[in-house]
Amino acid sequence: MNAQTLYDKLWHAHVVRQDADGTALIYIDRHLVHEVTSPQAFEGLKLAGRKLWRVASIMAVADHNVPTTGRDQGITDPIARLQVETLDKNCADFGVNEFKMSDVRQGIVHVVGPEQGATLPGMTVVCGDSHTSTHGAFAALAHGIGTSEVEHVMATQCLVAKKSKAMLVKVEGLLGKGVTAKDVALAIIGKIGTAGGTGFAIEFAGSAIRGLSMEGRMTLCNMAIEGGARAGLVAADQTTIDYLKGRPYAPKADVWEQAVAYWNTLHSDAGAVFDAVVELDATDIKPQVTWGTSPEMVVSVDGSVPNPADMTDPVKREGAERALRYMGLEANTPITAIQIDKVFIGSCTNSRIEDLRAAAVVAQGKTVASNVKLALVVPGSGLVKAQAEAEGLDKIFIAAGFEWRDAGCSMCLAMNDDRLNPGERCASTSNRNFEGRQGQGGRTHLVSPAMAAAAAIAGHFVDVSKL
Amino acid sequence: MRKFTQLNSVVTPLDRANVDTDAIIPKQFLKSIQRAGFGPNAFDEWRYLDHGEPGMDNSVRPLNPDFVLNQPRFQGAQILLARENFGCGSSREHAPWALEDYGFRVIIAPTFADIFFNNCFKNGLLPIRLDADKVDTLFKAIAAKDDFKLTVDLENQAITLPDGMVYAFEVDAFRKHCLLNGLDDIGLTLQHVAEIQAFEAKRHAAQPWLVA
Repeated sequence: MNAQTLYDKLWHAHVVRQDADGTALIYIDRHLVHEVTSPQAFEGLKLAGRKLWRVASIMAVADHNVPTTGRDQGITDPIARLQVETLDKNCADFGVNEFKMSDVRQGIVHVVGPEQGATLPGMTVVCGDSHTSTHGAFAALAHGIGTSEVEHVMATQCLVAKKSKAMLVKVEGLLGKGVTAKDVALAIIGKIGTAGGTGFAIEFAGSAIRGLSMEGRMTLCNMAIEGGARAGLVAADQTTIDYLKGRPYAPKADVWEQAVAYWNTLHSDAGAVFDAVVELDATDIKPQVTWGTSPEMVVSVDGSVPNPADMTDPVKREGAERALRYMGLEANTPITAIQIDKVFIGSCTNSRIEDLRAAAVVAQGKTVASNVKLALVVPGSGLVKAQAEAEGLDKIFIAAGFEWRDAGCSMCLAMNDDRLNPGERCASTSNRNFEGRQGQGGRTHLVSPAMAAAAAIAGHFVDVSKL
Repeated sequence: MRKFTQLNSVVTPLDRANVDTDAIIPKQFLKSIQRAGFGPNAFDEWRYLDHGEPGMDNSVRPLNPDFVLNQPRFQGAQILLARENFGCGSSREHAPWALEDYGFRVIIAPTFADIFFNNCFKNGLLPIRLDADKVDTLFKAIAAKDDFKLTVDLENQAITLPDGMVYAFEVDAFRKHCLLNGLDDIGLTLQHVAEIQAFEAKRHAAQPWLVA
């Protein structure tokens, strides 16, 4: 057989049938469900009198709307409460495994799935959420779907799809001090653009990627969608296997070795051909900060806000001018001169234990700057929170003036009460700096957890590689 | 799903690249458990001068006169014209629901984000990829001619300009068939129940940890 890419292997292993024009039915192994994109799908099933094809494939958790404080009082917003209650009711009616708000396993769906071992190498994983690309860190073919497709997978265990093209993003070399998977992700998006990966599944490879922990690989694959790619992938290796061993939904003793033997085949073969190849030198990547309203509007922390007048493409120039007006920034301002009002450490991109440790190292023994009105730390799950507390990280954050919250999506998209007010500027470890994303009129700068913590302490951006 | 065959309509020119789904339908409206009713909140933050929340009477809210959807000549438009990477960001199907509920049936742009593009076809919306220079020509033509209209014909995969010029467009054969006939995917897929069952049985026998 010809040399195959990892994406080829995953695709071919899931094709149920394929028409002459390439339209295929793809079998789905794992379906993750949350409260925002599922109610209309469950309702569609009920109206049509359809059942779930394989109930055991579904894992549900409320994350977008849940409060991160005062949980014992329930959800005060009646519309948000109804949506979470609707998930509870649908899961009860259909017999779906759900981690409710009071369950220590509750958290952001893309943190919970891997943490439980519900995401495994070689699986297809879908969820009605674009950041499902996260799960590709496990050499699983994982991508976001719309609500109609959620209903389709519930009823048929399949998706109608056509094969994507394959892109290889190779990052070789050692990452410098203070440079994380988030910086790598932003640097890649800065290079290929937010539509650079459209139509592709991206495999991240090279020594810098091999050196990342599973948390780092999840951060990287999470951001694949911000580069336009529905799916990100990292080959399975010993790091993957070590992470999964002993997790609640991972294979048990009798089939563990059999699973591992298969997982060890989940890499691109030598000589496999990709439709596009992008290469980065890890040693060139510095801590990144976005300056605009699209993740591709990004520079190194030692750089400056660009000048739209220098841009030759009129659509890009117009976009940059609009972004600077929205962001309230002047061209050529040094990034480190930008003062911030709020800090958000959390989201499906950066709320895992490694992220919290990195932020805590920076915050230890320091105090949040007086111009910073709110600095939030929102763990990705109840279990991440418990782990962080066992390590004493909560005490470090609280002593420094951060707020220590319960798990959820929180200020990444501001569906709950955690949000920016108009004009407020935030250093955020989340994934999207779109207009209004963190609250109408709010101004988002995407950074790594260490960069966010350092900005909280200084009151403006600082280069963590120089600390 | 509503069928789409052809239409003749005014075109709303939304001259921006990277229009994301957060902009198309802001997050506060995603709390609804319904599929319908998102139209009045399509592009909410650009369209109104106040802050929108679910449950407001949108008919009395102050409109942003500078936003293109509010200009009198584009009222009733069923075609939306935009720049690169339309529909990027979140997978929320509320975005196509909002555009369809507003009254759009066709979106023309040089490129679309993958998930949004897929979601359109599930909701009777036709997204058309057209070369950037042709899109640019259309923007200029709309600016030059007050009563500019386009005819979009899915069967013949053709966009006809007022001067008779025709732009051909590509569309996936399966999606075209579903859209022309108003077919939902689930019923079609369930014609293959036996194949899915056989695949599943084989897969689970070979990889027993998937059902453990």
